[in-house]
Amino acid sequence: MASMPISFAALLDRPDIWRGDSLSRTGAPTLPCGFPGLDAGLPGGGWPAGALTEILLAHEGIGELRLLGPALAGLSRRGLRLVWIAPPHLPYAPALAAAGIELANLVIVRTASPKETLWATEQALASNACGAVLAWPQGAKYAELRRLQIAAEGGRAPAFLFRVPEAASESSPAPLRIALATSDGGLAVRVLKRRGAPLAQPILLPSMPPAARGKTHHVDRHPVASVAARDFSARLVHA
Amino acid sequence: MPRLPLEIFLRGSSTPEPFALEERHRVFACDRKAFARGVRAGMAVAAALALAPALRIAPRDPATETEALLGVAGWAAQFTPGVALEFPDGVLLEVSSSLKLFGGLESLLERLRRGLAEMGWSSVLAGAPTPRAAFWLARAGKQEFIGESAELEPALAALPLEVLRCSDETLAAFEAIGVRTLGELRALPREGVARRFGQRLLDDSDRALGRLPDPRNFFVPPARFGAAIELPAEVTQAEALLFAARRLIVQLAGYLAARSGGVQRFVLRLGHRDKAPTEIAIGLVVPSRDAEHFTLLVRERLSNLELAAPVRELALKADDVVPLPGSNLGLALEQGKPPGQWEHLVERLRARLGTEAVCGIASRAEHRPERAGVIADAGQKRLQLDFGERPFWLLESPRPLAEIGAVPHHDGPLELLVGPERIESGWWDGDDVARDYFVARMQNEALVWIYREWRGEGGWYLHGVFA
Repeated sequence: MASMPISFAALLDRPDIWRGDSLSRTGAPTLPCGFPGLDAGLPGGGWPAGALTEILLAHEGIGELRLLGPALAGLSRRGLRLVWIAPPHLPYAPALAAAGIELANLVIVRTASPKETLWATEQALASNACGAVLAWPQGAKYAELRRLQIAAEGGRAPAFLFRVPEAASESSPAPLRIALATSDGGLAVRVLKRRGAPLAQPILLPSMPPAARGKTHHVDRHPVASVAARDFSARLVHA
Repeated sequence: MPRLPLEIFLRGSSTPEPFALEERHRVFACDRKAFARGVRAGMAVAAALALAPALRIAPRDPATETEALLGVAGWAAQFTPGVALEFPDGVLLEVSSSLKLFGGLESLLERLRRGLAEMGWSSVLAGAPTPRAAFWLARAGKQEFIGESAELEPALAALPLEVLRCSDETLAAFEAIGVRTLGELRALPREGVARRFGQRLLDDSDRALGRLPDPRNFFVPPARFGAAIELPAEVTQAEALLFAARRLIVQLAGYLAARSGGVQRFVLRLGHRDKAPTEIAIGLVVPSRDAEHFTLLVRERLSNLELAAPVRELALKADDVVPLPGSNLGLALEQGKPPGQWEHLVERLRARLGTEAVCGIASRAEHRPERAGVIADAGQKRLQLDFGERPFWLLESPRPLAEIGAVPHHDGPLELLVGPERIESGWWDGDDVARDYFVARMQNEALVWIYREWRGEGGWYLHGVFA
């Protein structure tokens, strides 16, 4: 019986065969993160949907939300809900709107304890009613993260957990773990864990500092009792 | 529902002791535990107590029985608009026109049986071309379904005379002449029976056979829902309350389905012996009649609840029923989990964490930063101005910064990158600000939003973080 010639590459071109030298093709849906350099380094070319992504931060204020900005903006414009669970500060509406996020689709959940945070995150993931879930858990244990990962599986929402850098030494069920640090004003994304071959080099993203926009001034000064004369070079926007 | 008088006491929770109902100093009905000790219906209460000293005895409660029967009728109205009551313990459903909708007789019976069991009622289901025949079959404990009028007469002939609900003397008189079944009764000369026992017996059996008309008043579901369960033993555990609440929730869901409606709010009232009742109001984002969802919400609320006192009674009320059409199943076969209902998630989170815990944010046309971004109801939309650079995180209240050699410090000196942006506003409400805002870089390269205060004592403040 003559056998059909099949090329070896074609034989291996199956999603359920994992080759050590390449990124795995899990076939799982992903969400482009909006930074081509980073997308290339992530399995499937973006943030994994229906799975946990851990983001380990040396300290806040290095661009951790700007990193998610394009993905979140895209989701919110498609009418999908973004759920932020136990954020460390008040998410500031004008800045989020300026980043293109539809505020109407952003929901904040405030919790009173780390346990409530984990519970709310699990509910949000299990419901599969959210476009993305962002959570700031404190001191989550492996078993607790495992529950979250199971809740996220099969869903459509990417789940981002913001954790302290010390968590890098603990094992985690999250299929994607990245650590963020600043580097020459830019953002260095170190992929600690991903499906597929490990990535030795950090991915450098261009600096994303707030652009120096015009020095706008907003002065609504009392028409009569004006404040004491100071040398304001302020432009009057509203009188 | 042969055990209805007993089950109004026992469906909420079980008692460790045997339980019996009395009527006129005689045992009317008893539970299995009492039966195992030899207690029987009709026995004197004193005799029953001698057999089972731990026996708990409650008087029969006809008012609650009627209420329970009305509740079952309201629940059953989801299957057919033709529901009639047969006091004290029967509900008649005209189902011939509903069979197709509910997937045939077997599937309809299955739904009826399961729903009744979930509400805590045991049931005998029977069917016949006439309502009276169906009821008599059920009362005789025969789960039979007779489709043709021709089969009616032989089936009814075998029924004992007790189904007629006639007096004990009448039964004894029939017994004396050797008449025990309906068939034997109908074999007697009609005039003689009518003269001696009244026309009613003959008329009733004619109605059962469909030879006399048997009009019924259809039951109309009430405009508001209210149902209660009395707990025989005081309950102190939330889990046990949920069990009882679930029985009421199933009834509520059936009632709402019958009215093609949903509720946006319902109240669970826990009655205590000496204290004012505890009311738990459960609000929903969108109207619903999903029993599973209601149960989840009640579970969350009960798990957070500190019971003020043991609970004696549980009541469920829903006043405002809004129209809620049935839903069609989607045709789309999507991979993975089906998308969940967003409203259900919000309700579940609010039930456990509190209503204020889940909120949205909105942007307002306001220059003062702390007022431009506000907590709003989830999903609210507002105007916004074109601002300068704004951070993603805003501190709940500005944090004062040290100033060393005219340079603001926050974990080391801050480097001013962008600014100043003058914000001077708010004179009209007495909360005016005059500030110069800067984007500053910390030693660890984090970017923060700080300002220099021009009013009062002045100084530098941290107000936001560029995350």
